Amino acid sequence: MAEHIVVIGGGQAGAALVARLRGQGHDGPVTLVGEEPVPPYQRPPLSKKYLLGEMALERLFLRPESYYAEHDIRLLTGTRAEAVDTAAGTVALAGGGRLDYDQLALTTGSVPRRLPEAIGGALPGVHVVRSLADVDAMAPDFVAGARVLVVGGGYIGLEAAAVAAQKGLDVTLVEAAPRILARVAAPETSAWFADLHRRHGVDVREGTGLSHLTGEDRVTGAVLEDGTEISADFVITGIGIAPAAALAEAAGLAIDNGIAVDAQGRTLVPGVWAAGDCASFPFRGGRVRLESVQNAIDQSEYVADNMLGAGRAYDPVPWFWSDQYDVKLQIAGLNQGYERVVVREGAGGAVSHWYYAGETLLAVDAMNDPRAYMIGKRLLEAGRSPAPATIESPRTDLKALLKG
Amino acid sequence: MAKITYIEWGGTEHVVDVPNGLTVMEGARDNGIPGIEADCGGACACSTCHVYVDPAWVDKLPEKDPMEEDMLDFAYEPDPQRSRLTCQLKVTDALEGLVVQMPEKQI
Ligand SMILES: Cc1cc2nc3c(=O)[nH]c(=O)nc-3n(C[C@H](O)[C@H](O)[C@H](O)COP(=O)(O)OP(=O)(O)OC[C@H]3O[C@@H](n4cnc5c(N)ncnc54)[C@H](O)[C@@H]3O)c2cc1C
Repeated sequence: MAEHIVVIGGGQAGAALVARLRGQGHDGPVTLVGEEPVPPYQRPPLSKKYLLGEMALERLFLRPESYYAEHDIRLLTGTRAEAVDTAAGTVALAGGGRLDYDQLALTTGSVPRRLPEAIGGALPGVHVVRSLADVDAMAPDFVAGARVLVVGGGYIGLEAAAVAAQKGLDVTLVEAAPRILARVAAPETSAWFADLHRRHGVDVREGTGLSHLTGEDRVTGAVLEDGTEISADFVITGIGIAPAAALAEAAGLAIDNGIAVDAQGRTLVPGVWAAGDCASFPFRGGRVRLESVQNAIDQSEYVADNMLGAGRAYDPVPWFWSDQYDVKLQIAGLNQGYERVVVREGAGGAVSHWYYAGETLLAVDAMNDPRAYMIGKRLLEAGRSPAPATIESPRTDLKALLKG
Repeated sequence: MAKITYIEWGGTEHVVDVPNGLTVMEGARDNGIPGIEADCGGACACSTCHVYVDPAWVDKLPEKDPMEEDMLDFAYEPDPQRSRLTCQLKVTDALEGLVVQMPEKQI
C-alpha cells in the first residue's frame, strides 16, 4: 500500500497522526503541512511554564525536528494550505505548490476570537494566547509592576493571569458572564478559582462586560460596561476560540460546530478525515467538539488507524488539566448535562467536585487531588457511578471503589 | 549528560545520551524510543510516562513528590518501589548508567 497521505495542520493532532501512521506500519508517502514556521509543538506550556520563563523553546517541540526526516515524513513548515479539491484529490499550497493525495486529514486546530476592531481589538498591546508567536510577542510586556488587563475568565485567561501575578504584575481580570469558567465548570469550581486568584492579588471582576479599549497608537486601558475606567499597559484576551474550518467549508465539507466527522473520524467525502480542535464528533447521542490535548492525540490516533482500515469508533473519556500558581486542576470526563455537584474534601487542601446527572457520574474536577482525579477517571472508563452520598462521605475510601 | 538505557516491554534496549536539564521522558521522546507516551507533555497530569527503574537505581533517584506518588498509584501495574514517572526525573550527571524498563502498556 503506497498511498500518499497528506495531513493539513502541523499541531498536536497532526503530529500525533503522522507518528501513528508510521508506528502502525504505513510505508507510503506522508506529508505534514503546517503554516507555522516551527515543527509541531505543545501549546499548554505557552500559558504556563514557557510564559513564566521556566521552559526553553526546544522543549516545546513534540518531536525533535530530525524525527520527521528519519521517519520519512515530509514536513512542510511555514506552508499554508490554501484550498482542497476533493474531486481531484489535490491540495493547493500558498506560493503555488500542489500536493496530490490518496487520503487527506484535516487537523487545522482553532483560531482565537479577537475583540472587534471597532472597540480597539486591533490596537498594539492587545494580545491573544494561541501560538508561540503570540506568546513571544507579549513576553516583553511581562515586566514586574506593569498593569495588565485580562479579558475573559476561561482557562487561558486564568493561566495568563496566574503567570502575570507570579511575575509581579498588577492584574485585573474581567469576565462578562456572572462567574469565571461559566462555560466549562460548575459554580463550585468557579468560586474556588476566583478565590485562588484573589488570594494572589488578582482583581477578579465577574459579571463585568467590556465596553471598549482605549488608546490611540497603543492600548492604554479600557472602559467597562458599568462605566468604570481601567488603565493598562497591555491587554490579554482569552475569549474563546473558533474551530479552523474555513478551508474545509470552502472545500464543501459539512460544518457543524467545526468539521463534522463520524465516530471513525470520516467526513462525508471518502478518504477525507478530520481530528482535534477543528472537528466535532458524535458523543452521548449528540455532537461535541473538544479543545484538549487528550482529544487531539486520541482522535488523531483513531483516524490514523482508520485510514489504514481499522474501522475503530472513537468514544473517549475526555481528560484535561490546567496549572495555576501551585494548583494543578485535573478534569476527567465531560460535565455537559450535569444536574448536581458533590464536593469531596481530600487531604491537605485537596478538593474534588463530582458532577452527576441523576445517579450517573459524568465528570470530576480535582484540585491538587490526583487520587480523586485518577479514581474518577478509572470509574468513568469502567462506566461505573458510585452513589453521590458515597463520594460525599469522608469515611469512604475512594480507592476501594475501584475494586469488585 | 547521562547515558540512559531504556528497555522496551518486549526486551529491545535503547542506549542513548541525554543532556542535563531534560527529563528522562524527554530523552525517550527526543530519541524516538517507543513505550513512553507522555501525553500531557511532562506536566505530571497523565501518568503515561511510567517506567520501572532498575532495582539498583531505586535508592539513588530523588524522592517522589506526593503528586507523582499519587499518580503512580493508578498507573498500569505499578510497583511500589520501582515505578516512577519519567517526566519528573531530571537528568544530571548523577544519572549516568540509569536503566529503566517500560511497562506492558501506558494508561
Ligand atoms: C495557551 C494554551 C494552553 C493550553 N493548555 C492546555 C492544557 O493545559 N491542557 C489541555 O488538554 N489542552 C490545553 N490547550 C489546548 C490544546 O493545546 C489544543 O486542544 C491542541 O493544541 C489542539 O491540537 P490541534 O492539533 O487540533 O490544533 P493546533 O495545536 O492548534 O494545531 C493546528 C495547526 O494547524 C495549522 N494550520 C491551520 N490551518 C492551516 C492551513 N490551512 N495550512 C497549514 N497549516 C494550518 C495551525 O497553524 C496550527 O499550527 C491549550 C491551548 C493553548 C492555546
